[in-house]
Amino acid sequence: MTTFLTILVLISISVAIWQMVKIFDLSRQPSTDDSEIATDKDNKVNGYMMMGFLIFIYVITIISFALWGDLPLLSDAASEHGPGVDSLFIVSLVIIFIVQTITQFLLHYFSFKYRGEKGKKALFFADNDRLEFIWTIIPVVVLAGLILSGLFTWTEIMTIDEDDDPIVIELYAQQFNWKARYAGEDNALGKANVRLIDLNTGNILGLDTSDPNAQDDVIVTELHLPVNRPILFKMRSQDVLHSAYMPHFRAQMNCVPGMITQFAFTPTITTEEMRLRPNIVEKINNINKIRIKKSEKLAAKGEEALDRYDFDFLLLCNKICGKSHYNMQMKIVVETEDEFNAWMSQQKDFASSLLPN
Amino acid sequence: MSAHVDTHDHEDHGHHKETFVTKYIFSQDHKMIAKQYLITGTIMGVIGVLMSLMMRTQIAWPGEPNVIFKALLGKWAPDGVMDADIYLALVTIHGTIMVFFVLTAGLSGTFSNLLIPLQIGARDMASGFLNMISYWLFFVSSVVMVISLFVASGPAAAGWTIYPPLSALPLAQSGSGAGMTLWLVSMAIFIASSLLGSLNYIVTVINLRTKGMSMTRLPLTIWAFFVTAIIGVVSFPVLLSAALLLIMDRSFGTSFFLSDIFIQGEVLHYQGGSPVLFEHLFWFLGHPEVYIVLLPALGITSEVIATNSRKPIFGYRAMVLSILAIAFLSTIVWGHHMFISGMNPFLGSVFTFTTLLIAIPSAVKAFNYITTLWKGNLQFNPAMLFSIGLVSTFITGGLTGIILGDSALDINVHDTYFVVAHFHLVMGISALYGMFAGIYHWYPKLFGRMLNKNLGYLHFWVTAISAYGVFFPMHFIGMAGLPRRYYTNSNFPLFDDLSNVNVLITIFALVGGVFQIVFLYNFIHSMFYGKKAPKNPWRSNTLEWTTEVKHIHGNWEGDIPHVYRWSYDYSKPGHDEDYVPQNVPLKEGEEELQH
Repeated sequence: MTTFLTILVLISISVAIWQMVKIFDLSRQPSTDDSEIATDKDNKVNGYMMMGFLIFIYVITIISFALWGDLPLLSDAASEHGPGVDSLFIVSLVIIFIVQTITQFLLHYFSFKYRGEKGKKALFFADNDRLEFIWTIIPVVVLAGLILSGLFTWTEIMTIDEDDDPIVIELYAQQFNWKARYAGEDNALGKANVRLIDLNTGNILGLDTSDPNAQDDVIVTELHLPVNRPILFKMRSQDVLHSAYMPHFRAQMNCVPGMITQFAFTPTITTEEMRLRPNIVEKINNINKIRIKKSEKLAAKGEEALDRYDFDFLLLCNKICGKSHYNMQMKIVVETEDEFNAWMSQQKDFASSLLPN
Repeated sequence: MSAHVDTHDHEDHGHHKETFVTKYIFSQDHKMIAKQYLITGTIMGVIGVLMSLMMRTQIAWPGEPNVIFKALLGKWAPDGVMDADIYLALVTIHGTIMVFFVLTAGLSGTFSNLLIPLQIGARDMASGFLNMISYWLFFVSSVVMVISLFVASGPAAAGWTIYPPLSALPLAQSGSGAGMTLWLVSMAIFIASSLLGSLNYIVTVINLRTKGMSMTRLPLTIWAFFVTAIIGVVSFPVLLSAALLLIMDRSFGTSFFLSDIFIQGEVLHYQGGSPVLFEHLFWFLGHPEVYIVLLPALGITSEVIATNSRKPIFGYRAMVLSILAIAFLSTIVWGHHMFISGMNPFLGSVFTFTTLLIAIPSAVKAFNYITTLWKGNLQFNPAMLFSIGLVSTFITGGLTGIILGDSALDINVHDTYFVVAHFHLVMGISALYGMFAGIYHWYPKLFGRMLNKNLGYLHFWVTAISAYGVFFPMHFIGMAGLPRRYYTNSNFPLFDDLSNVNVLITIFALVGGVFQIVFLYNFIHSMFYGKKAPKNPWRSNTLEWTTEVKHIHGNWEGDIPHVYRWSYDYSKPGHDEDYVPQNVPLKEGEEELQH
């Protein structure tokens, strides 16, 4: 019923606009052929509108920063390389902000200031090499700085130092869930190929059962990471492209069928520590308020209420992968080395998890 | 030589009596073909915009039943609740239609066809016949694309980038069945159309310029169309090859893009291919495509801003050089879409470098537009408003490119709403504004009547406010990590606090979308009831305004005018009027600007 009313309202709005437009159209004074060409009055009105629009742009900028400027991607990075990325991001944003504010001002202010009037003549000003040089060289200098620092940061993120003794973990993507495979005691992942998948024996990731390295591998559906240990992720996909997006760690890499991609980072904050951070606490409370409100609405309809939310690191799929793309996620738990070892000792290794055929 | 051809053409056209079919349907006249492109593009545009409004409604109020969904989506919205598969299809077809059918064919097809012969002083395109074929191929590809919306297994739903294996395997999603086949067929036809058109534009600009129309006297519109056509000829064939290889993978069992796939409980035979190869091929067109869309809009803007500022465009030579620089750079930056595709990280460094370089010519263009306004005598015709709006969104959208082009930062926001906000402003809205500017400016040339200016003002201001209202806050939900192409965000409590932003964005989108009715009304109504257009309503210098209002075959009644100056002699000292058309000879002692 409500939707029917919505449609009715929408249709009436469209009709109203059409009618308004028609009245607008008919009420024009009969005039000469020039009547559809801007007059001094039009120039004046639109000139002032331009200034108004400039203010609108500034206001929407301020509102956006005030309301939504608490950006999780710019604070609380939970990986070693994260803060470096964040500061580069912030520097870029500041540059953008300055350039945006100045150029939008010039554009709209000139539009206002030089609005046309009868009898006025524009300045014949066609070229000035010095000006062109100035606004070529300024971007060159700024961009040179950005490019250099960007390249340093990128190289730092992408260089994987095997001497750090990283824990090797495979992230395995399929429509529409994630699995993780730990390399076990030997820290070497067993060979695998989707052609070896045997659902009858529970060899769901296609490990080579004859490979000694594969025997102690551990396959799980929740990712646990020890804090402050470098992690090397090897990514695989069995069907279509997926992307392993771990926004809190400033990490993302596609999972490509037929090849193994990789990404490495060192988590620096445990889930518990993260939950105690004042801004995270505030965010959680805010989200829970919203959820309680939604739950009340759901209860009124006789549906189940929403669970209470508590902070967790997440792995999201960020490459369109099919129908349930929007719900392809895995929880990540960052914990102390002891907690991690305790958790790991409870997991079954690959050899013992296989079912007899 | 040229005089001989002129008279011959003229006689030729004088003798033929046109039938309805040759005049309105299988026309070889560039002006009629331009109108055909415009109207087809507009119809596709309405479909594309409707789709985006449905998506926005779903994002703002996920899972809520809606009568519009029920009416328009049928079995894909049981009880009015949108299905997840059709959401992805809407994403896909909206992107495809807007990028290719509206902003490539609708924009470039309309104005290249209309303006190239008129502004360079030619009777018609180099080949009217190829031009006609080009339009009709475009029409057929549009029809095929629209038909694909009605196949039982659903339209293509793998995103407009159609990355395999998702697009290659009907087992992966229902949209990758017949819908995908039709998508590929439609695009193959579209590319053929685009190539024929582009070749025609290039040949016409090189060969058919009237006497005195040297390359350095060309209006910037023509430079933009010319360079756009070259980019198209260089890059579109690569997409065609990618599409053909994908068709082979899908239908003939080859493995160009596929390898080691286990899906729905079975291992497929594909071995040795790589989806990354497809990404390279796709983006080798995909990125230049951004400029195929944008350059014509910037060309139109240059013309409209200069005319309505009553001032020469500032830095003509720099403008031409930056068009050329952008065109060149656009073909070596495609890898910035693939920083996290699994390609070698060293390539990421290279592409970061080339990508950020493109900011330099873009900045030069923006500053030149602003300087053109300085000390002008600005006439705020609706076209002028849209052109200024273009410069504004081009700056706002372009600036965030320095974040996305930086591989280290792209990791953060790749495939989030930050990207959606960025490209919609810098290419979507900007190019759309360019198209609107072109329509408002050349409507008198197209249809011989004037558009209503007050409706134009209303259209512009509501559109401008809603465009910023939609895409500015969108940067922020992207910086909060919200991925794009999610049917609903309600499975992530993490993003619950962004749902009110999404509602706000949707409201702006609905208002902006519905207000396009104002434009449609003005467009259709003025065609029949608009004020009769004077010959040169905007007091412009370019040659198209020396033709009669009524369209004739061959464009000029008598000889083609000769050209004596560039097209930007506005407010030139020593002249009484504030404009001097290109066909006016230099006065005694008057100097032509050297550029």
